[in-house]
Amino acid sequence: MANKVTVLDTNRALKNKRIKSQVGKILAKVFIYIILILMYAPIVYIAVFSFTKHPTTGMWNGFSFGNYINLFKPGNVESAKIWDAAKNTALVALTAASISTILGTLGAIGIYYTRKKWIRNAMDFVTQIPVVNAEIVTAVSLCVLFVICSKFMPRSFFTLVIGHVVLSIPYVVMSVEPKLEQMDPSLYEAAMDLGATQTKALWKVVIPDIVPGILSGFLLSITLSLDDYVITAFTKPTSGNFNTISTYVDSAMKKSGVPTQFRAFTAILLAVVLLVVVLMNVMSSRKQKITLKKEKNKND
Amino acid sequence: MEAALESNDIAIKQRRRFNFRGSLCIPYAVFMALFVIFPLALVFYYAFTDANGAFTFSNWGTVFTNSKNWEVIGITFLISSITTVICILIAYPVAYFLSNKKYNKNKVLVYIFLLPMWINFVVRTLGLKSLINFVTNSLFGFALTSTYPYVAVVIGMVYDYLPFAILPLYNQMLKMDKNQIEAAADLGANPAQVFFKNIIPMTIPGIVSACMMTFMPTMSSYVIADHMSERRTKIIGKLIEDWFGSSTSDVANNVGSVLSLVMLFIIGVTLVIEKTVSRKEEDGKKVGIW
Repeated sequence: MANKVTVLDTNRALKNKRIKSQVGKILAKVFIYIILILMYAPIVYIAVFSFTKHPTTGMWNGFSFGNYINLFKPGNVESAKIWDAAKNTALVALTAASISTILGTLGAIGIYYTRKKWIRNAMDFVTQIPVVNAEIVTAVSLCVLFVICSKFMPRSFFTLVIGHVVLSIPYVVMSVEPKLEQMDPSLYEAAMDLGATQTKALWKVVIPDIVPGILSGFLLSITLSLDDYVITAFTKPTSGNFNTISTYVDSAMKKSGVPTQFRAFTAILLAVVLLVVVLMNVMSSRKQKITLKKEKNKND
Repeated sequence: MEAALESNDIAIKQRRRFNFRGSLCIPYAVFMALFVIFPLALVFYYAFTDANGAFTFSNWGTVFTNSKNWEVIGITFLISSITTVICILIAYPVAYFLSNKKYNKNKVLVYIFLLPMWINFVVRTLGLKSLINFVTNSLFGFALTSTYPYVAVVIGMVYDYLPFAILPLYNQMLKMDKNQIEAAADLGANPAQVFFKNIIPMTIPGIVSACMMTFMPTMSSYVIADHMSERRTKIIGKLIEDWFGSSTSDVANNVGSVLSLVMLFIIGVTLVIEKTVSRKEEDGKKVGIW
């Protein structure tokens, strides 16, 4: 009898525990999604008001596709500026991220395999500088450099790319280094013993192993470059009205306000971002299914 | 046999002599020397020289005799600290739930927190400003950015730097030993004890690096402060920008350099604090900032 009671008690306790953890799970999910919604809310808000032509965001004077029509109208001066800035932003991000990825990956490999400890420590320290340094200090220091070297290195697209490489290269190094640590060190030696040259061993053995790190470094570089304003403002070309999206918006704010078709442009960007979100989800769930299948096959 | 061994030795020695893989960091080292170290050295040089390049301390005087600059430094400190605390308070549970398989099986969810960064923060900040003014206007009848500029600045900074706080915490929590948490619970620790005696100590390196990733950039993000307070709130970053952007004074760059050094000093102090905190943690060393 006493036994039965305890069994019942345990059952009840287990049930309670399960309900509690279920509630906890739901609350956790709700919390995460609320924060996510808040993160996207300002962009969604702009996107909503892209469908009205009222000059101030937040005021509505009738539904219209006017902003979109203006954005794609060939002769529109402001729209041309927006597209020009968008092109520049993409170009800088891709160029800077490519350079960062190549230099940073080689740097990470070099730092990891250096035999002298002081070199490794010194390089690790230098890598940390742009990360911990305030962006404005990095920006003005580069600006001062380009002023001094203005004879042979005037402010141009090139200096802007250098600025963005400085910004993102530490993150490439920091993404690649852990992958090198996970690597089996004997593989490289084995490749060499089997007759591979150093370059070949590097290409065929080391690089394939650290590809995930390189990729995440590249993506981080792109992200940082797209999100940057301060370094861009201090290293961008001074002549010829060169703008990226961030400097364009800032200068438009200081003059007559951001034109209404920029809201349409933001909405398109949001659509692109959401598309990437969906794609990522689809790809990851597919991957999960494949791994699940594999595990099942193994178990069978 | 011996000859073969000897030639093997020679081969190994030759391999030793030239460290091919080590040499790959030379371009990186050159780049960093030219575009990170040299520019900072220039800032140092500028801070101690006048317009003609002669050694002087007067730039330091210009900065520190102006009480307004002290005020700005104080406000910056306050705003950055509050932002950091709020960011950690929000990011900690987010990172915990994201990294825990019990709550979230979707590994890409953490990247979805980063994706808004593809839309430049200037655009997002303007959107946020308009949105919170829209909300406070319709609820309470005032615009937050002009009525409570400091509150608005903190909201803007939290919004922009939250991903920077989430990522290091998330990475740290992925490495956390989940068995230890379960063991603690099995041994009779209540949830609060598990949290404060178990989870928090295990994630201290992540907390420290999340603090760094929010505290330091917020001190210089003058664009957010400008937009969110209708240009009423000045932070150190704005002072530096003002000096370097102005052409009224011929020592503008020099005074700006002094301010940059002040900022570097604050960052240095923060780093020393970080080092001492994470040195107490054995495995604190290998945690990257991301």
